[in-house]
Amino acid sequence: MFREITIGQYYPAESRLHRLDPRVKLFGTLIYLISIFIANDIWGFLFLTVMLGVVIGLSKVPFSYMVKGLKGIVTLLIIAGVFNLFMTPGQTLAQLGPLTISDVGLKNAVLMTARMIFLIIGTSIMTLTTTPNQLTDGLEISLAPLTLINVPVHEIALMMSIALRFIPILVEETDKIMKAQMARGADFESGGIVKKAKAMVPLLVPLFVSAFRRASDLALAMEARCYHGGEGRTKMKPLRYEEYDKRAYVWIVLYLLVLIVIRVVF
Amino acid sequence: MSLILDKVSYKYSTGTAYEVTALDQVSLKIEDGQFIGIIGHTGSGKSTLIQHLNGLLKATEGSIYYNGQDIYDKDYDLKDLRTQVGMVFQYPEHQLFETTVFEDVKFGPKNQGLDDKEATLRAYEALRSVGFPEDYYDQSPFELSGGQKRRAAIAGVLAMKPAVLILDEPTAGLDPKGRDEILGLISDMHKKTGNTVILVSHSMEDVANYVDRIIVMNDAKVYMDGTPKEVFGRAKDLEEIGLAVPEVTYLMMELKNRGWNVDVSATTVEEGKNEILKLKGMNA
Repeated sequence: MFREITIGQYYPAESRLHRLDPRVKLFGTLIYLISIFIANDIWGFLFLTVMLGVVIGLSKVPFSYMVKGLKGIVTLLIIAGVFNLFMTPGQTLAQLGPLTISDVGLKNAVLMTARMIFLIIGTSIMTLTTTPNQLTDGLEISLAPLTLINVPVHEIALMMSIALRFIPILVEETDKIMKAQMARGADFESGGIVKKAKAMVPLLVPLFVSAFRRASDLALAMEARCYHGGEGRTKMKPLRYEEYDKRAYVWIVLYLLVLIVIRVVF
Repeated sequence: MSLILDKVSYKYSTGTAYEVTALDQVSLKIEDGQFIGIIGHTGSGKSTLIQHLNGLLKATEGSIYYNGQDIYDKDYDLKDLRTQVGMVFQYPEHQLFETTVFEDVKFGPKNQGLDDKEATLRAYEALRSVGFPEDYYDQSPFELSGGQKRRAAIAGVLAMKPAVLILDEPTAGLDPKGRDEILGLISDMHKKTGNTVILVSHSMEDVANYVDRIIVMNDAKVYMDGTPKEVFGRAKDLEEIGLAVPEVTYLMMELKNRGWNVDVSATTVEEGKNEILKLKGMNA
């Protein structure tokens, strides 16, 4: 049941997006995040949607697979939407007892929800098409200048890659322990909130124990292979820009410019 | 009274690039009181198969009947099924969570709705039957040795007194002594109570020693199904799918090759010994 979580997962496929240098994808994602907040009207979002559609098509990842990641935040989306809808002051459009919907509120609610959906889908495209290793390699190089002000970039990148690597492992472990306890008659579904919380104990205790066990195993395995941090460390597959990576940069910048033009003109 | 699987299929991650068919049209009938061994190489569908038997996984296609009732019926109580079909997972010690061993063993019986007195009695019985040292009953399960953790975890399932007991590689990671003890106590219990036992194992010797029926899984399908003698009589076929026959059977085959008149269907050390003694004109 926990296998459904897709955030941060890699989806293997042969596509232009998969081949792209991770640094380009990181840069592209950053620009994309900025662009979501530049777009503030129907034309901007129309353009965003078309571009996102093109990128999804290029990625060869099934759209249904991406949308799965949205399921987890539906509640959050609804709450944020409702608050924006009713709590924003402005010209009253409709009145429902003590609740009023204003024109600004309506606009904010729609914009906010749309932005969140675009945010999740857009960023998940990056993780779906980039292996955790590539991602951290890209991040390490992109953040390298920060080492000058004593930011432990290599360590941060390593922690990130380990965290990402552990997501599927812990998901699988949760699934296994849950089944083992269900086989002993545990019930995770029925009952009120207190009963449900109590029912989590037989799941969480073994999960924490196993997470610590795995962490210490990993630390031991790294030390056994003389891991000593990032200094002087070389890569087996160093990142190298290809022709199409450079073209991708041009496309990303063009995309941002078009969006700015749309915002200024309309 | 039996477990029947009718053309059961199961697919993992349907509709994605990761889609795997783990079970392909498996039909089986498991009679009461049998001691069954399931063998097959890693990824052949053994673990998936047994997780269907107590309803932890729901078949993508096909049906399963326990005592004549369809377990996928809307009003069928899966929780009740799980207390009757007990399952000991691989590395069961990873499921321990309570503050003391005794409390942990009581978890299953308490979920069955038994009162505290009855649950205590069951836990005591189960711990004693797996030979768990009484001094450690009130210790934290996390402070035990690997073998004792394993015993405590198995006791946790036995305390529910399941009619069908499924064990997924219960001896993985144990030393030879621990392995023999655990299998011995499972076998003794089977003889005493007449419950159904299903043992998933990678060790041909273990399977040959204890079970009276072997199911061989290969490529998500049932590849062979028969007595140890029938199954291990097809050494070539087993080797083709990456399995083997017990060492003793190989020895018998080699002896036969060299012109000795032995029965190659011997699967246990005991039977092998008798064959060799017969050759020398002695009776066992």
